[in-house]
Amino acid sequence: MSIDRAVAALGLGLATALGAAAIASTVGRSEQPLVVEITIHYSHFSPSAITVPAGRPVTFVIHNTDPIDHEWIVGDAALHERHRTGTEPFHNARPTEVSILPLSNRTTTVTFAQPGTLTYVCHLPGHEAYGMTGTLVVTGG
Amino acid sequence: MRRLGIILPATLLGLLLAAGPAFACGGLIGPNGAVNLLRTTTFAGYHDGTEHYVTAFQFAGGGGAFGSITPLPAVPSSVVKGGDWTLQRLIRETSPVFAYDAVRAGASAAASGAEELMKVRIDALDITVLRGGAADIGTWATDHGFRLPPDAPEVLDFYAERSPIFLAAAFDADAAAERGQQLGDGTPVHITIPTDNPWVPLRILALGKTGSEQVQADVYLLTDDAPALLPAPTGKTGIRLDHSAAATDGLLTDLRSDRGMEWIPSTGWLTKIAVDSAAADLTYDLAIDASGAGVPSRVDAGFELPSAAAIAGSFDGGRLILALVFSIVGVFGVYLMTRYRPGGAVR
Repeated sequence: MSIDRAVAALGLGLATALGAAAIASTVGRSEQPLVVEITIHYSHFSPSAITVPAGRPVTFVIHNTDPIDHEWIVGDAALHERHRTGTEPFHNARPTEVSILPLSNRTTTVTFAQPGTLTYVCHLPGHEAYGMTGTLVVTGG
Repeated sequence: MRRLGIILPATLLGLLLAAGPAFACGGLIGPNGAVNLLRTTTFAGYHDGTEHYVTAFQFAGGGGAFGSITPLPAVPSSVVKGGDWTLQRLIRETSPVFAYDAVRAGASAAASGAEELMKVRIDALDITVLRGGAADIGTWATDHGFRLPPDAPEVLDFYAERSPIFLAAAFDADAAAERGQQLGDGTPVHITIPTDNPWVPLRILALGKTGSEQVQADVYLLTDDAPALLPAPTGKTGIRLDHSAAATDGLLTDLRSDRGMEWIPSTGWLTKIAVDSAAADLTYDLAIDASGAGVPSRVDAGFELPSAAAIAGSFDGGRLILALVFSIVGVFGVYLMTRYRPGGAVR
């Protein structure tokens, strides 16, 4: 086999492998978590509005660029009302309630079962009043 | 000769820090009523290239720890206990009406990245002079048990971009009680700062306040002549001119006779600026030109970043030529690559 044929065979094999990988990715996409990046800077969330589908896992990667503690707590009005008078010093037990240490990243994966509108808030003292809130819309999928 | 005296009576100068264990989930900053830093009163004087700050912390009772951070224009040469009547005497001048036990410690590096330039204990105050960026200072505060309010990251950046020097004062209320300090007792601190660049931090007064809260303060300046100020104290900018006259001999003599105040010159001009602004509008500092040139710095006022001013004010021809040379070489290299063909042929 000449060198030209060998190169052509190698290229064909590579193309076939890439095509198969692409097909596999498409098939499995609905089961992969949707990744949403959130940045905290100067005690504000960016973006401050997010839309995600119901029934699909969503991985939130939260970057705290501030040198102070922050929280990302997502839920309905009743949940936030409880947190406004809560005393839990650090959130780690529930994926919808996480604490983010200064100058660090935190990842949490949530699957929202029902469509609706939720908010995410930092409930550390003064942070919500300072504007550290965001809206999360869960669509019908 | 230039000199500058500044005092902020009945106001809080510095970043308020709530100490103790962290409270999440909507807890209050600091135990409600358990301890209060009643007020911080600050005097800063400028004479022959040295700025003198005298800051008083008043004890309002309770227990635990409390504190503040004050941005400084440069690294201080000393931090000692201040005089006994300087602040009160200045207030009396316009409104007719402080034992050296400090211990200086060597510089050490903090784990957070903030450099601890000086540590001093004065009465119940633990004072640390820090050098670092906003993240360094914020991390240092967190590491030392303080919680900064949500606007602190932006405010610290605002100051660190112009001067990376901060003075952190932790007030130990328990120690104050053990010393027999009574409610309202103040601890004056005199900070000596060699610098060509004096300014009065005002934005820091709004730290931790909601946007609609009012910030009120009195700023006393003592200069050779009437100083040029930015912003101008017109009353529309949140600051107004309340007093401007030659300092009386009586005032200067009284100030000079206080502990550590021998530097007060024989003549001067006294200016009083009243700050009365919504916290959201207090986004600047007070730049002062006491040189007589009449051009207060826009950078010192916080209207302009130092880098922007440096770029606008300088032109480095050497670097431009070097960049052009590299660009020409790069373009020529790309040209050669496009003409090169495998096998050594050139198109």
